[in-house]
Amino acid sequence: MAKVTLTVNGRAMAGECDDRTLLVHFIRDRLGLTGTHVGCDTTQCGACVVHMDGKSVKSCSILAVQASGSTVTTIEGLAVQGELHPVQAAFNQHHGLQCGFCTPGMVMTAVDMIARHGGQLDEATVRQELEGNICRCTGYHNIVKAVLSANEQMHGAQRQAAE
Amino acid sequence: MYATSYHRTSSVDEAVNLRASQDEGRYISGGMTLIATMKQRLAAPSDLIDLRHIAGLKGITVKGRTVRIGAATPHADVASSVEIRALCPAICNLAGMIGDPHVRHMGTIGGSVANNDPAADYPSAVLALNATIITDRREIPADEFFQGMFETALQDTEILTAIRFEAPDKAGYAKFANPASRYALTGVFVAKTASGVRVAVTGAGSGGVFRVPEMEAALGASYLPESVAGISVDPGLLMEDMHATAEYRANLVRVMAKRAVQSSL
Ligand SMILES: Cc1cc2nc3c(=O)[nH]c(=O)nc-3n(C[C@H](O)[C@H](O)[C@H](O)COP(=O)(O)OP(=O)(O)OC[C@H]3O[C@@H](n4cnc5c(N)ncnc54)[C@H](O)[C@@H]3O)c2cc1C
Ligand code: FES
Ligand code: FES
Repeated sequence: MAKVTLTVNGRAMAGECDDRTLLVHFIRDRLGLTGTHVGCDTTQCGACVVHMDGKSVKSCSILAVQASGSTVTTIEGLAVQGELHPVQAAFNQHHGLQCGFCTPGMVMTAVDMIARHGGQLDEATVRQELEGNICRCTGYHNIVKAVLSANEQMHGAQRQAAE
Repeated sequence: MYATSYHRTSSVDEAVNLRASQDEGRYISGGMTLIATMKQRLAAPSDLIDLRHIAGLKGITVKGRTVRIGAATPHADVASSVEIRALCPAICNLAGMIGDPHVRHMGTIGGSVANNDPAADYPSAVLALNATIITDRREIPADEFFQGMFETALQDTEILTAIRFEAPDKAGYAKFANPASRYALTGVFVAKTASGVRVAVTGAGSGGVFRVPEMEAALGASYLPESVAGISVDPGLLMEDMHATAEYRANLVRVMAKRAVQSSL
Protein backbone atom coordinates (compact mmCIF):
# COMPACT_ATOMS: atom_id res chain seq x y z
CA MET A 1 0.00 0.00 0.00
CA ALA A 2 1.14 3.50 -0.76
CA LYS A 3 0.07 6.84 0.57
CA VAL A 4 -0.96 9.30 -2.12
CA THR A 5 -1.36 13.00 -1.46
CA LEU A 6 -2.84 15.31 -4.07
CA THR A 7 -4.28 18.77 -4.27
CA VAL A 8 -7.53 18.16 -6.12
CA ASN A 9 -9.66 21.08 -7.24
CA GLY A 10 -7.90 23.27 -4.71
CA ARG A 11 -8.28 20.91 -1.74
CA ALA A 12 -5.52 18.81 -0.17
CA MET A 13 -6.52 15.16 -0.25
CA ALA A 14 -4.78 11.98 0.85
CA GLY A 15 -5.55 8.32 0.56
CA GLU A 16 -4.04 4.85 0.55
CA CYS A 17 -4.00 2.60 -2.47
CA ASP A 18 -2.06 -0.18 -4.16
CA ASP A 19 0.99 0.95 -6.12
CA ARG A 20 -0.74 -0.33 -9.26
CA THR A 21 -3.90 1.76 -8.74
CA LEU A 22 -4.52 4.06 -11.69
CA LEU A 23 -5.02 7.75 -11.03
CA VAL A 24 -8.52 7.62 -12.54
CA HIS A 25 -9.58 4.87 -10.13
CA PHE A 26 -8.10 6.76 -7.20
CA ILE A 27 -10.05 9.88 -8.20
CA ARG A 28 -13.30 8.01 -8.74
CA ASP A 29 -13.24 5.34 -6.05
CA ARG A 30 -11.19 6.95 -3.25
CA LEU A 31 -12.08 10.60 -3.70
CA GLY A 32 -15.60 9.95 -4.94
CA LEU A 33 -15.20 12.31 -7.90
CA THR A 34 -16.95 10.27 -10.56
CA GLY A 35 -17.10 12.94 -13.27
CA THR A 36 -13.87 11.59 -14.75
CA HIS A 37 -14.74 8.56 -16.89
CA VAL A 38 -13.04 5.43 -18.22
CA GLY A 39 -13.96 4.69 -21.80
CA CYS A 40 -11.26 2.37 -23.08
CA ASP A 41 -8.40 0.13 -22.12
CA THR A 42 -5.90 1.42 -24.64
CA THR A 43 -5.15 5.08 -23.72
CA GLN A 44 -7.03 6.24 -26.80
CA CYS A 45 -10.47 7.66 -25.93
CA GLY A 46 -9.70 10.61 -23.63
CA ALA A 47 -12.79 10.18 -21.40
CA CYS A 48 -10.38 10.21 -18.43
CA VAL A 49 -8.59 13.50 -19.17
CA VAL A 50 -7.77 15.63 -16.11
CA HIS A 51 -5.17 18.35 -15.63
CA MET A 52 -2.06 17.42 -13.67
CA ASP A 53 0.13 20.38 -12.71
CA GLY A 54 -1.73 22.42 -15.31
CA LYS A 55 -1.42 19.99 -18.23
CA SER A 56 -4.00 17.68 -19.75
CA VAL A 57 -3.20 14.01 -19.15
CA LYS A 58 -4.95 10.67 -19.50
CA SER A 59 -5.57 9.62 -15.90
CA CYS A 60 -6.18 6.01 -16.96
CA SER A 61 -2.52 5.67 -17.92
CA ILE A 62 -0.85 7.21 -14.90
CA LEU A 63 -0.52 5.48 -11.54
CA ALA A 64 -1.85 7.38 -8.55
CA VAL A 65 1.61 7.04 -6.96
CA GLN A 66 3.20 8.64 -10.04
CA ALA A 67 0.87 11.60 -9.59
CA SER A 68 1.38 11.90 -5.83
CA GLY A 69 2.44 15.41 -4.82
CA SER A 70 0.87 17.03 -7.85
CA THR A 71 -2.04 19.40 -8.33
CA VAL A 72 -4.99 17.89 -10.16
CA THR A 73 -8.05 19.56 -11.66
CA THR A 74 -11.03 17.41 -12.61
CA ILE A 75 -14.29 18.34 -14.32
CA GLU A 76 -15.81 18.97 -10.86
CA GLY A 77 -13.27 21.75 -10.31
CA LEU A 78 -14.20 23.96 -13.27
CA ALA A 79 -17.44 25.62 -12.21
CA VAL A 80 -17.06 28.45 -9.72
CA GLN A 81 -19.83 28.71 -7.11
CA GLY A 82 -22.35 26.98 -9.32
CA GLU A 83 -21.52 29.09 -12.36
CA LEU A 84 -20.47 26.98 -15.35
CA HIS A 85 -16.99 27.49 -16.80
CA PRO A 86 -17.23 29.19 -20.24
CA VAL A 87 -16.29 25.89 -21.92
CA GLN A 88 -19.04 24.02 -20.06
CA ALA A 89 -21.51 26.77 -20.93
CA ALA A 90 -20.50 26.59 -24.61
CA PHE A 91 -21.00 22.79 -24.71
CA ASN A 92 -24.45 23.36 -23.24
CA GLN A 93 -25.34 26.19 -25.64
CA HIS A 94 -24.07 24.47 -28.81
CA HIS A 95 -25.36 21.02 -27.89
CA GLY A 96 -21.81 19.64 -27.87
CA LEU A 97 -22.92 16.36 -26.34
CA GLN A 98 -25.48 13.62 -26.68
CA CYS A 99 -24.97 10.78 -24.18
CA GLY A 100 -22.37 12.86 -22.32
CA PHE A 101 -19.91 10.04 -21.65
CA CYS A 102 -16.98 11.68 -23.46
CA THR A 103 -17.92 15.18 -22.28
CA PRO A 104 -15.79 15.55 -19.12
CA GLY A 105 -12.69 14.58 -21.12
CA MET A 106 -13.70 16.80 -24.04
CA VAL A 107 -14.23 19.79 -21.75
CA MET A 108 -10.92 19.28 -19.88
CA THR A 109 -9.17 18.91 -23.26
CA ALA A 110 -10.80 22.09 -24.56
CA VAL A 111 -9.79 24.11 -21.50
CA ASP A 112 -6.16 22.98 -21.92
CA MET A 113 -6.25 23.59 -25.69
CA ILE A 114 -7.64 27.11 -25.37
CA ALA A 115 -5.06 28.00 -22.71
CA ARG A 116 -2.14 26.68 -24.80
CA HIS A 117 -3.12 28.50 -27.98
CA GLY A 118 -3.64 31.88 -26.34
CA GLY A 119 -6.84 32.49 -28.30
CA GLN A 120 -5.37 31.52 -31.69
CA LEU A 121 -7.65 28.62 -32.61
CA ASP A 122 -9.28 27.73 -35.89
CA GLU A 123 -11.41 24.77 -36.88
CA ALA A 124 -8.54 22.72 -38.32
CA THR A 125 -6.46 23.21 -35.16
CA VAL A 126 -9.36 22.23 -32.89
CA ARG A 127 -9.98 19.05 -34.89
CA GLN A 128 -6.30 18.15 -34.77
CA GLU A 129 -6.13 18.86 -31.04
CA LEU A 130 -9.07 16.51 -30.45
CA GLU A 131 -6.95 13.62 -31.78
CA GLY A 132 -6.90 11.95 -28.37
CA ASN A 133 -10.61 12.22 -27.58
CA ILE A 134 -13.22 9.93 -29.07
CA CYS A 135 -16.96 10.62 -29.17
CA ARG A 136 -19.32 7.88 -30.32
CA CYS A 137 -22.38 10.13 -30.56
CA THR A 138 -21.99 13.63 -31.90
CA GLY A 139 -19.88 13.38 -35.04
CA TYR A 140 -17.75 16.13 -33.47
CA HIS A 141 -19.32 19.09 -35.32
CA ASN A 142 -21.00 20.63 -32.30
CA ILE A 143 -18.02 19.87 -30.08
CA VAL A 144 -15.79 21.85 -32.46
CA LYS A 145 -18.37 24.67 -32.54
CA ALA A 146 -18.51 24.73 -28.74
CA VAL A 147 -14.71 24.89 -28.41
CA LEU A 148 -14.43 27.72 -30.94
CA SER A 149 -17.26 29.61 -29.27
CA ALA A 150 -15.70 29.23 -25.80
CA ASN A 151 -12.38 30.38 -27.25
CA GLU A 152 -14.07 33.50 -28.63
CA GLN A 153 -15.82 34.07 -25.33
CA MET A 154 -12.57 33.80 -23.36
CA HIS A 155 -10.17 35.52 -25.77
CA GLY A 156 -12.21 37.48 -28.30
CA ALA A 157 -12.49 40.67 -26.29
CA GLN A 158 -8.82 40.53 -25.44
CA ARG A 159 -7.91 40.12 -29.12
CA GLN A 160 -10.11 43.03 -30.18
CA ALA A 161 -8.46 45.23 -27.58
CA ALA A 162 -5.04 44.31 -28.95
CA GLU A 163 -5.97 45.07 -32.56
CA MET B 1 -2.44 -4.95 -14.14
CA TYR B 2 -0.30 -7.24 -11.99
CA ALA B 3 0.97 -5.94 -8.66
CA THR B 4 4.14 -3.87 -8.69
CA SER B 5 6.19 -1.72 -6.30
CA TYR B 6 6.76 1.91 -7.17
CA HIS B 7 9.91 3.87 -6.29
CA ARG B 8 10.44 7.56 -6.89
CA THR B 9 14.07 8.52 -7.30
CA SER B 10 15.76 11.90 -7.35
CA SER B 11 19.12 11.09 -8.94
CA VAL B 12 20.45 8.89 -11.73
CA ASP B 13 22.84 7.09 -9.32
CA GLU B 14 20.04 6.29 -6.93
CA ALA B 15 17.95 4.89 -9.77
CA VAL B 16 20.77 2.74 -11.19
CA ASN B 17 21.62 1.30 -7.77
CA LEU B 18 18.00 0.47 -7.08
CA ARG B 19 17.55 -1.13 -10.50
CA ALA B 20 20.73 -3.20 -10.01
CA SER B 21 19.24 -4.71 -6.84
CA GLN B 22 16.18 -6.06 -8.72
CA ASP B 23 15.81 -8.80 -11.32
CA GLU B 24 12.46 -7.81 -12.76
CA GLY B 25 12.46 -4.05 -12.23
CA ARG B 26 11.88 -1.50 -14.99
CA TYR B 27 12.49 2.20 -15.33
CA ILE B 28 9.43 4.31 -15.97
CA SER B 29 9.49 7.76 -17.50
CA GLY B 30 6.22 9.08 -19.02
CA GLY B 31 4.61 5.64 -18.81
CA MET B 32 2.79 6.19 -22.10
CA THR B 33 4.14 2.91 -23.38
CA LEU B 34 4.88 1.01 -20.17
CA ILE B 35 1.64 1.63 -18.21
CA ALA B 36 -0.39 0.90 -21.33
CA THR B 37 1.54 -2.38 -21.73
CA MET B 38 1.10 -3.27 -18.05
CA LYS B 39 -2.64 -2.65 -18.28
CA GLN B 40 -2.76 -5.27 -21.02
CA ARG B 41 -0.72 -7.60 -18.79
CA LEU B 42 1.91 -7.76 -21.50
CA ALA B 43 4.49 -6.54 -18.99
CA ALA B 44 4.69 -7.35 -15.29
CA PRO B 45 7.67 -5.61 -13.72
CA SER B 46 8.15 -6.35 -10.01
CA ASP B 47 9.27 -2.77 -9.44
CA LEU B 48 8.92 0.54 -11.23
CA ILE B 49 11.70 3.08 -10.82
CA ASP B 50 10.39 6.52 -11.71
CA LEU B 51 12.83 8.77 -13.59
CA ARG B 52 10.35 11.59 -14.22
CA HIS B 53 11.29 13.56 -11.10
CA ILE B 54 15.06 13.56 -11.64
CA ALA B 55 15.81 17.22 -12.35
CA GLY B 56 19.03 16.49 -14.28
CA LEU B 57 17.16 14.42 -16.89
CA LYS B 58 14.84 17.23 -17.93
CA GLY B 59 15.20 20.18 -20.20
CA ILE B 60 16.61 21.45 -23.46
CA THR B 61 19.93 23.23 -23.89
CA VAL B 62 21.18 24.81 -27.09
CA LYS B 63 24.80 25.98 -27.36
CA GLY B 64 25.79 27.31 -30.77
CA ARG B 65 24.44 24.64 -33.11
CA THR B 66 24.57 21.83 -30.53
CA VAL B 67 21.18 20.72 -29.22
CA ARG B 68 20.86 18.59 -26.08
CA ILE B 69 17.50 17.20 -25.02
CA GLY B 70 17.25 15.59 -21.57
CA ALA B 71 15.76 12.08 -21.58
CA ALA B 72 12.78 13.02 -19.39
CA THR B 73 11.76 15.93 -21.61
CA PRO B 74 8.15 15.44 -22.75
CA HIS B 75 7.24 15.48 -26.45
CA ALA B 76 5.16 18.67 -25.92
CA ASP B 77 8.25 20.58 -24.73
CA VAL B 78 10.25 19.60 -27.81
CA ALA B 79 7.30 20.44 -30.09
CA SER B 80 7.01 23.94 -28.58
CA SER B 81 10.72 24.72 -28.10
CA VAL B 82 11.46 28.06 -29.76
CA GLU B 83 15.20 27.44 -29.43
CA ILE B 84 15.15 24.10 -31.24
CA ARG B 85 12.69 25.37 -33.84
CA ALA B 86 15.13 28.10 -34.84
CA LEU B 87 17.77 25.45 -35.66
CA CYS B 88 15.91 22.28 -36.59
CA PRO B 89 12.13 22.72 -36.97
CA ALA B 90 11.78 19.18 -38.33
CA ILE B 91 12.28 17.56 -34.92
CA CYS B 92 9.73 19.96 -33.35
CA ASN B 93 7.24 19.02 -36.06
CA LEU B 94 7.95 15.34 -35.47
CA ALA B 95 7.36 15.68 -31.71
CA GLY B 96 4.09 17.52 -32.42
CA MET B 97 2.87 14.58 -34.51
CA ILE B 98 3.29 11.97 -31.76
CA GLY B 99 -0.01 10.58 -30.46
CA ASP B 100 -2.25 13.32 -29.06
CA PRO B 101 -1.82 16.36 -26.76
CA HIS B 102 -2.24 14.30 -23.56
CA VAL B 103 0.27 11.66 -24.64
CA ARG B 104 2.70 14.46 -25.57
CA HIS B 105 2.38 15.98 -22.09
CA MET B 106 3.59 12.74 -20.45
CA GLY B 107 5.60 10.75 -23.02
CA THR B 108 9.33 11.50 -23.16
CA ILE B 109 12.09 11.35 -25.76
CA GLY B 110 14.16 9.05 -23.53
CA GLY B 111 11.33 6.57 -23.16
CA SER B 112 10.64 6.60 -26.86
CA VAL B 113 14.27 6.11 -27.92
CA ALA B 114 14.97 3.48 -25.22
CA ASN B 115 11.85 1.56 -26.23
CA ASN B 116 12.73 1.61 -29.96
CA ASP B 117 9.25 0.69 -31.12
CA PRO B 118 9.51 -0.07 -34.87
CA ALA B 119 6.66 2.42 -35.52
CA ALA B 120 7.85 5.21 -33.19
CA ASP B 121 8.77 8.59 -34.67
CA TYR B 122 11.86 9.69 -32.71
CA PRO B 123 14.20 6.84 -33.74
CA SER B 124 14.14 8.12 -37.34
CA ALA B 125 15.20 11.62 -36.25
CA VAL B 126 17.91 10.32 -33.93
CA LEU B 127 19.37 8.13 -36.69
CA ALA B 128 19.10 10.69 -39.52
CA LEU B 129 20.54 13.48 -37.38
CA ASN B 130 23.46 11.20 -36.48
CA ALA B 131 22.70 12.01 -32.86
CA THR B 132 24.65 10.82 -29.85
CA ILE B 133 22.78 8.85 -27.20
CA ILE B 134 24.15 9.80 -23.80
CA THR B 135 23.72 7.37 -20.90
CA ASP B 136 24.78 7.25 -17.27
CA ARG B 137 27.99 5.49 -18.33
CA ARG B 138 28.90 6.28 -21.97
CA GLU B 139 28.04 7.94 -25.26
CA ILE B 140 26.64 5.81 -28.08
CA PRO B 141 26.48 6.89 -31.75
CA ALA B 142 23.02 6.46 -33.29
CA ASP B 143 24.37 4.02 -35.91
CA GLU B 144 25.30 1.60 -33.09
CA PHE B 145 22.32 2.25 -30.82
CA PHE B 146 19.33 0.82 -32.71
CA GLN B 147 19.69 -2.95 -32.98
CA GLY B 148 16.36 -4.21 -34.29
CA MET B 149 12.74 -4.13 -33.14
CA PHE B 150 12.59 -3.00 -29.49
CA GLU B 151 16.33 -3.78 -29.27
CA THR B 152 18.97 -1.18 -28.41
CA ALA B 153 22.57 -1.04 -27.24
CA LEU B 154 21.37 -0.18 -23.70
CA GLN B 155 22.37 -2.62 -20.96
CA ASP B 156 19.80 -3.77 -18.39
CA THR B 157 20.46 -1.11 -15.77
CA GLU B 158 21.70 1.61 -18.13
CA ILE B 159 19.80 4.90 -18.13
CA LEU B 160 19.51 7.03 -21.23
CA THR B 161 20.14 10.55 -19.92
CA ALA B 162 20.08 12.76 -23.03
CA ILE B 163 20.12 12.98 -26.81
CA ARG B 164 22.62 15.36 -28.42
CA PHE B 165 22.98 16.44 -32.05
CA GLU B 166 24.46 19.14 -34.25
CA ALA B 167 21.79 21.12 -36.06
CA PRO B 168 21.76 20.14 -39.75
CA ASP B 169 21.70 22.63 -42.67
CA LYS B 170 18.32 21.25 -43.66
CA ALA B 171 16.00 18.58 -42.27
CA GLY B 172 12.48 17.34 -42.89
CA TYR B 173 10.13 14.67 -41.56
CA ALA B 174 7.12 13.20 -43.29
CA LYS B 175 4.83 10.65 -41.66
CA PHE B 176 2.00 8.55 -42.99
CA ALA B 177 0.13 7.90 -39.76
CA ASN B 178 -1.68 4.68 -39.05
CA PRO B 179 -5.29 5.91 -39.12
CA ALA B 180 -6.15 4.12 -35.86
CA SER B 181 -3.07 4.38 -33.64
CA ARG B 182 -1.39 7.44 -35.20
CA TYR B 183 1.98 5.72 -34.94
CA ALA B 184 3.99 5.83 -38.17
CA LEU B 185 2.81 3.38 -40.82
CA THR B 186 5.89 4.79 -42.49
CA GLY B 187 7.87 7.88 -41.54
CA VAL B 188 11.00 9.28 -43.19
CA PHE B 189 13.44 11.77 -41.66
CA VAL B 190 15.97 13.43 -43.98
CA ALA B 191 18.91 15.52 -42.74
CA LYS B 192 21.50 17.39 -44.81
CA THR B 193 24.81 18.48 -43.32
CA ALA B 194 28.24 19.48 -44.68
CA SER B 195 29.27 15.82 -44.55
CA GLY B 196 26.31 14.56 -46.60
CA VAL B 197 22.67 13.52 -46.42
CA ARG B 198 21.19 10.89 -44.09
CA VAL B 199 17.79 9.28 -44.66
CA ALA B 200 16.18 7.19 -41.89
CA VAL B 201 12.92 5.25 -42.17
CA THR B 202 10.63 4.21 -39.31
CA GLY B 203 7.40 2.21 -39.27
CA ALA B 204 8.38 0.11 -42.25
CA GLY B 205 11.45 -2.01 -41.53
CA SER B 206 11.09 -5.52 -40.13
CA GLY B 207 14.25 -4.82 -38.15
CA GLY B 208 13.14 -1.41 -36.90
CA VAL B 209 14.49 1.96 -38.01
CA PHE B 210 16.95 1.84 -40.96
CA ARG B 211 18.92 4.06 -43.35
CA VAL B 212 18.61 4.10 -47.16
CA PRO B 213 22.13 4.53 -48.64
CA GLU B 214 20.88 4.84 -52.26
CA MET B 215 18.65 7.77 -51.33
CA GLU B 216 21.44 9.35 -49.31
CA ALA B 217 23.81 9.19 -52.30
CA ALA B 218 21.21 10.54 -54.73
CA LEU B 219 20.29 13.43 -52.40
CA GLY B 220 23.99 14.08 -51.78
CA ALA B 221 24.40 14.63 -55.52
CA SER B 222 21.22 16.68 -55.92
CA TYR B 223 19.11 17.66 -52.92
CA LEU B 224 15.69 17.69 -54.58
CA PRO B 225 12.53 15.58 -54.07
CA GLU B 226 12.85 14.17 -57.63
CA SER B 227 16.21 12.64 -56.74
CA VAL B 228 14.56 9.86 -54.74
CA ALA B 229 11.63 9.31 -57.15
CA GLY B 230 13.27 6.37 -58.92
CA ILE B 231 14.72 4.65 -55.86
CA SER B 232 12.91 1.71 -54.30
CA VAL B 233 13.63 -0.26 -51.16
CA ASP B 234 13.38 -4.04 -51.16
CA PRO B 235 9.92 -5.07 -49.82
CA GLY B 236 11.62 -8.23 -48.53
CA LEU B 237 13.12 -6.13 -45.75
CA LEU B 238 9.83 -4.51 -44.74
CA MET B 239 7.01 -5.31 -42.31
CA GLU B 240 3.75 -6.74 -43.50
CA ASP B 241 0.66 -6.71 -41.29
CA MET B 242 -3.11 -6.05 -41.31
CA HIS B 243 -2.44 -2.36 -41.90
CA ALA B 244 -0.27 -2.55 -45.00
CA THR B 245 1.61 -4.95 -47.25
CA ALA B 246 5.38 -4.73 -47.62
CA GLU B 247 4.98 -3.44 -51.20
CA TYR B 248 2.66 -0.68 -50.00
CA ARG B 249 5.17 0.32 -47.33
CA ALA B 250 7.97 0.30 -49.93
CA ASN B 251 5.99 2.80 -51.97
CA LEU B 252 5.31 4.88 -48.86
CA VAL B 253 9.06 5.07 -48.14
CA ARG B 254 9.59 6.72 -51.52
CA VAL B 255 6.63 9.07 -51.18
CA MET B 256 7.46 10.09 -47.61
CA ALA B 257 11.12 10.63 -48.55
CA LYS B 258 10.03 12.99 -51.32
CA ARG B 259 7.73 14.87 -48.96
CA ALA B 260 10.40 15.06 -46.25
CA VAL B 261 12.87 16.65 -48.69
CA GLN B 262 10.18 18.98 -50.02
CA SER B 263 9.28 20.13 -46.50
CA SER B 264 12.91 20.99 -45.76
CA LEU B 265 13.44 23.25 -48.78
C1 LIG C 1 -2.45 6.76 -27.59
C2 LIG C 1 -0.97 6.75 -27.84
C3 LIG C 1 -0.49 7.16 -29.07
C4 LIG C 1 0.87 7.17 -29.33
N1 LIG C 1 1.30 7.58 -30.55
C5 LIG C 1 2.62 7.60 -30.82
C6 LIG C 1 3.10 8.04 -32.08
O1 LIG C 1 2.34 8.48 -32.95
N2 LIG C 1 4.43 8.02 -32.31
C7 LIG C 1 5.32 7.59 -31.34
O2 LIG C 1 6.52 7.62 -31.61
N3 LIG C 1 4.90 7.18 -30.14
C8 LIG C 1 3.58 7.17 -29.86
N4 LIG C 1 3.16 6.76 -28.61
C9 LIG C 1 4.17 6.34 -27.61
C10 LIG C 1 4.67 7.54 -26.82
O3 LIG C 1 5.46 8.38 -27.64
C11 LIG C 1 5.52 7.12 -25.59
O4 LIG C 1 5.55 8.27 -24.80
C12 LIG C 1 6.93 6.73 -25.83
O5 LIG C 1 7.04 5.73 -26.77
C13 LIG C 1 7.56 6.18 -24.54
O6 LIG C 1 7.97 7.24 -23.73
P1 LIG C 1 7.61 7.25 -22.20
O7 LIG C 1 8.37 8.35 -21.59
O8 LIG C 1 6.15 7.28 -22.06
O9 LIG C 1 8.24 5.87 -21.72
P2 LIG C 1 7.76 4.75 -20.69
O10 LIG C 1 6.47 4.18 -21.13
O11 LIG C 1 7.86 5.27 -19.31
O12 LIG C 1 8.92 3.69 -20.92
C14 LIG C 1 9.06 2.98 -22.14
C15 LIG C 1 10.24 2.01 -22.03
O13 LIG C 1 11.47 2.71 -21.99
C16 LIG C 1 12.19 2.46 -20.79
N5 LIG C 1 12.77 3.76 -20.39
C17 LIG C 1 12.09 4.92 -20.21
N6 LIG C 1 12.94 5.93 -19.97
C18 LIG C 1 14.19 5.39 -19.98
C19 LIG C 1 15.50 5.96 -19.81
N7 LIG C 1 15.68 7.25 -19.59
N8 LIG C 1 16.56 5.12 -19.88
C20 LIG C 1 16.37 3.80 -20.13
N9 LIG C 1 15.18 3.23 -20.31
C21 LIG C 1 14.09 4.01 -20.24
C22 LIG C 1 11.18 1.89 -19.82
O14 LIG C 1 11.79 1.00 -18.91
C23 LIG C 1 10.22 1.16 -20.76
O15 LIG C 1 10.72 -0.09 -21.08
C24 LIG C 1 1.81 6.76 -28.31
C25 LIG C 1 1.33 6.34 -27.07
C26 LIG C 1 -0.05 6.34 -26.82
C27 LIG C 1 -0.53 5.90 -25.48
S1 FES D 1 -10.03 5.80 -20.49
FE1 FES D 1 -8.22 6.96 -20.61
S2 FES D 1 -7.91 7.14 -22.74
FE2 FES D 1 -9.70 5.89 -22.64
S1 FES E 1 -21.61 12.43 -26.39
FE1 FES E 1 -21.76 10.29 -26.31
S2 FES E 1 -19.66 9.70 -26.54
FE2 FES E 1 -19.58 11.81 -26.91
